[in-house]
Amino acid sequence: MQIILTINNKLVTWDVEKDEMLADTLRSHGLLSVKKACETSCCGLCTVWVEDKSVLSCNILSVRVHGKKVTTIEGVPKEAEEFARVLTAEGSEQCGFCSPGFIMNVLAMKHELVNPSEEEIIHYLTGNLCRCTGYMGQLRAVKTFLGGALV
Amino acid sequence: MKKGGMKSVGQSIRKVDGMAIATGKPVYTQDIAMSHALVVKILRSPYAFAKIISIDVSRAEKLEGVECILTYRDVPKGRFTLAGQSYPEPSPYDRLILDEIVRYVGDEVAIIAAVDEKTALQAMKRIKVAYEVLEPVLDFEQAIGHATIVHPEEDLHVNFDIGLQKAQNIASSWKEEVGDVEEEFKRCSVVVEDVYYPQAQAHAMMETYRAFTYLDHTGRLVVVTSTQIPFHVRRQLARALQLPASKVRVLKPRIGGGFGGKQTGCVEAFAGIITLKTGKPALIIYDRQETFSCTTSRHAMRLKARVGADHEGIIRAIDLEVLSDTGAYGEHAATVLSCVGHYTLPLYNKTRAVRFTGNAVYTNKMPAGAFRGYGATQGTFALESAVNKLAEKLGMDPTEIRLKNISKEGETFLTGQGVLLGSSSLDRCIEKGKEMIGWKDKFPCREIGNNKVRAVGMAITMQGSGIANIGTASAEIRLNDDGNFTLLTGATDMGTGCDTILSQMAAEILEIPMETIVLIAGDTDTSPYDPGSYASSTTYVAGGAVVKAAKELKDKILEQGSKFLGVSLQDVEMDGLVVRTVSGDEEMSLAKIAELTILGTGNLQLVGYATQGCEVSPPPYVAGFAEVEVDQETGKVELIDYVAVVDCGTVINPNLARIQAEGGIVQGIGMALYEQVNYNDLGKMATNSFMQYKIPCRKDVGKVRIAFEESYEPTGPFGAKSIGEVVANTPSPAIAHAVYNAVGVRVNHLPITPEKVFLGMQKL
Amino acid sequence: MFTLGDLVQPENLEIAYQILSDKRNNTILGGCAFLKMGSKRIGTAIDLSNLNLRYIHETDGFIEIGGMTTLREIETHTLLKEYFNGVLPKSVREIIGVQFRNTVTVGASVFAKYGFSDLITALLVLDTDVELYKGGRMPLAAFLKKPKEKDILVRLWIKMDNCKATYLNLRNSASDYSVLNVAVSKLDDQWTIVVGSRPRRADIASNASAALSKGNLSNTDIEGAAQKAAEELSFGTNMRGTADYRKALCKVLVKRAIMEVKVCR
Repeated sequence: MQIILTINNKLVTWDVEKDEMLADTLRSHGLLSVKKACETSCCGLCTVWVEDKSVLSCNILSVRVHGKKVTTIEGVPKEAEEFARVLTAEGSEQCGFCSPGFIMNVLAMKHELVNPSEEEIIHYLTGNLCRCTGYMGQLRAVKTFLGGALV
Repeated sequence: MKKGGMKSVGQSIRKVDGMAIATGKPVYTQDIAMSHALVVKILRSPYAFAKIISIDVSRAEKLEGVECILTYRDVPKGRFTLAGQSYPEPSPYDRLILDEIVRYVGDEVAIIAAVDEKTALQAMKRIKVAYEVLEPVLDFEQAIGHATIVHPEEDLHVNFDIGLQKAQNIASSWKEEVGDVEEEFKRCSVVVEDVYYPQAQAHAMMETYRAFTYLDHTGRLVVVTSTQIPFHVRRQLARALQLPASKVRVLKPRIGGGFGGKQTGCVEAFAGIITLKTGKPALIIYDRQETFSCTTSRHAMRLKARVGADHEGIIRAIDLEVLSDTGAYGEHAATVLSCVGHYTLPLYNKTRAVRFTGNAVYTNKMPAGAFRGYGATQGTFALESAVNKLAEKLGMDPTEIRLKNISKEGETFLTGQGVLLGSSSLDRCIEKGKEMIGWKDKFPCREIGNNKVRAVGMAITMQGSGIANIGTASAEIRLNDDGNFTLLTGATDMGTGCDTILSQMAAEILEIPMETIVLIAGDTDTSPYDPGSYASSTTYVAGGAVVKAAKELKDKILEQGSKFLGVSLQDVEMDGLVVRTVSGDEEMSLAKIAELTILGTGNLQLVGYATQGCEVSPPPYVAGFAEVEVDQETGKVELIDYVAVVDCGTVINPNLARIQAEGGIVQGIGMALYEQVNYNDLGKMATNSFMQYKIPCRKDVGKVRIAFEESYEPTGPFGAKSIGEVVANTPSPAIAHAVYNAVGVRVNHLPITPEKVFLGMQKL
Repeated sequence: MFTLGDLVQPENLEIAYQILSDKRNNTILGGCAFLKMGSKRIGTAIDLSNLNLRYIHETDGFIEIGGMTTLREIETHTLLKEYFNGVLPKSVREIIGVQFRNTVTVGASVFAKYGFSDLITALLVLDTDVELYKGGRMPLAAFLKKPKEKDILVRLWIKMDNCKATYLNLRNSASDYSVLNVAVSKLDDQWTIVVGSRPRRADIASNASAALSKGNLSNTDIEGAAQKAAEELSFGTNMRGTADYRKALCKVLVKRAIMEVKVCR
């Protein structure tokens, strides 16, 4: 099946299988930041934006993004780099495998929430699992990135 | 070299690969695999113990797009081990690439290679296998003397005696005894005893196991793999595939975590043999289910701990009896078992007698392997829980009993063979942790209303830095023609940041900015030998080699510099990117020195090279403190606060050390509270997904706070010791202690679930 | 992972239902999270994305929720935060993560009648109707008892009454399934107690609810109602907990939920 979508601000036409999941489609088109780390929609590593909302690309059929706007970290280089600088300054990217999906969700959170409290930040990011860092360093980085006074 | 005034060491420098991996650059195994590589899938045994009577792949082979299908008949017959251990490995050679006998649910039966995943999976469905189903031995407490022998094969081989008794299902036995424990226990005023069951924790690293193989321009097998042990993998593959090791090259790109899981060979032989048979590149990627149930886990154990003290609270006798479940294959059975006592008994050195006995048994379950802590985790859970019990019986504060009994700097311990402790700030760690958690006000517990009670608990732990008399690493550093440097090591950064740390050390010695160093690692063709990043070796052993190599190069640079400047060697020093006279009136840039030595008539490339051994394995320490809130009506345990104070000697990179500590503590928290391992009656693992096996999520961990109490280890680079593993060990005993202090329930079977606490409360 | 022969995105419900009934293995797609974990062989998959069923409205004294509304929308919509003490957002907010809730639909969650569902438990203590394409509109409780039958869950209707409600659960880990979940509501003098994830799906503890409604809400009454609920409902054992523990939990959580609702404004 053919789908037309806007991927990282570019309008494209892609050929996909009917039962192909978005994560695989994105990777097969060279967007290798998208990682798969589970089969049960639990880990959040495959997080991309569809219509600017954080979703799990591993359980979205590619045909369902026909006519939609899809964004991976490759599509937001400036913002991603800005946060990545803060994240790496903490040392909290560690193995980096969960980082792109995590950064996408952090950026989505920044767009959606206004002055979130620590609790709200943790709640928003809960769907992003990490096995290396223990989450503390990531929270420090997010707080630094969001700046301002936290409730 | 003292800490003060150091430019690179001691600084929280960003990881050299940080930005690339954080922003999703394609630098992991799957990213760099050739797009047309054959996809390799594995058909697995549905039975815990069976013999293949017949296997028919003809229908599968006919499917269009199927390139190759291999069964036990098509693979070499020589047994090997997948253990990431130095040769000769203390591991039974009990594996075949594919065996006629399958020994756990998930054990490999056939290797399928096809043009894509769909075809491979379709082909898998067409393979017909008839099994003779055998009675499995699933309960490790029933394994010794069980009618079922997991490894009866004649060609089961060990390099040297590790206590293998295959007819008893014993993969390894261990005994260590100093003094007469029974006599000493008789003389003790107080003796406590209990039995502990830590579970087979899963690594759950985010990047599952994968390898990409191909034949290069000289017909050699190249293996790009997500591994911690490139050199060991090369040796394993050479043996398994019956090739000379020189015909194999192993490369480790960026990898997504390991924690010891990737210290055991895994997928490499499957892709490798497909490439050899077909001549084509092959890619194998384990999914999460395979990663949970067809690789390795922590050794589940039963530990009986007995500790005795005199009336003043001096611990005089310790006895540990261990049964360890090594599952279907015994890669790390012997060494994990030995570490249970090795990395616990030395904590307390006023003992007059200690004994450690243990058996590691085979069962028909997924094999156990290496996992951060490596026996010390399980041993610490048992011993520290027993010491907490002892403290209560003596009416002593648990921190006091530690301070009274721990080994101190300059001292030795019963099993230490006279080696003196070169560094320890454990006493300061305990004091600091006490203060940070608010021990005085919170111990043991306080009711806070609404059926909730808060309490604190604590535990201490040690580990090693490298493996004494076995650990080794080599490093090479060379001055390039452009005045920059290349540092070659065999250490394997799995996200920990050792590529960065080692560069920091080299930069510090050579007094140059880190940006002028390019670190190359993880390639068996070009890296100097290094066992890989395990046994907490990298900072201490590889770091030691880097320091030595850098010093050698520095001396050579100074020598050349003094020659070119026409002064004596005593009159020159390094300064940034120049060699200058001490008086400061003349200098020559390193770039110029490089030009004059390497290019044209110089005929001299300056190189520093060193091999570091590991004569001692200086222990790092952690004092861990947990504060919990227990719901007295439901048994739910909330983690309020966790404090860990770490002695890893000199801290080379504070940020990276802090993250190691936080990450290790949270893995320990997972083991203590959330990570449940379940098998059904037929030996099938039920907890084989993130949906069923719950690693801690952000909301599960409360607050984790880390502090460092630096000691100075004289044998370590810049005074450093290790940190990688020691940080995983305190949470289970500290949290168990806190739960006991809260509601009087001792949960000895991990994890501590609300239901177990609830049931415990019912029984009181 | 499932396989599918064809995928359609019909422009109206009639066609959608027609295709659904055409073949036994034709299936409506929700968020696909659960579908993905199985190996169903789907004939034609029907995607309802073009039917404008993703909305939350106020309509004639009811909150109307379209079947394709996501759980995240349930969590964040102001109307649902304001009404019933925010019991619906409370019930969904612990489910895995924001990304997950952005893809999982109300229609799929309710139609599948999942035992572990937190949302169904909360919906059941409110005056909730389910509107099926073929079966029409019926109370949620009736729908849950109905035998399995092919249909399309088009929308939910929740009466905008003065109901006070709360939702509680116990999870081993914060992003896990509930070991047990509980919702309690009070409308005037009528109390409703619902317990779910038993591990079987939510059910109304009718005797306990009736007893509570008749009583004086003294501590004895409340404990009595909780005890009754634990006795009249059945509990089972699975990896997350035993029947006995769930029964004990039921008593505790029901009691706490009632106490919470008692002081609700």
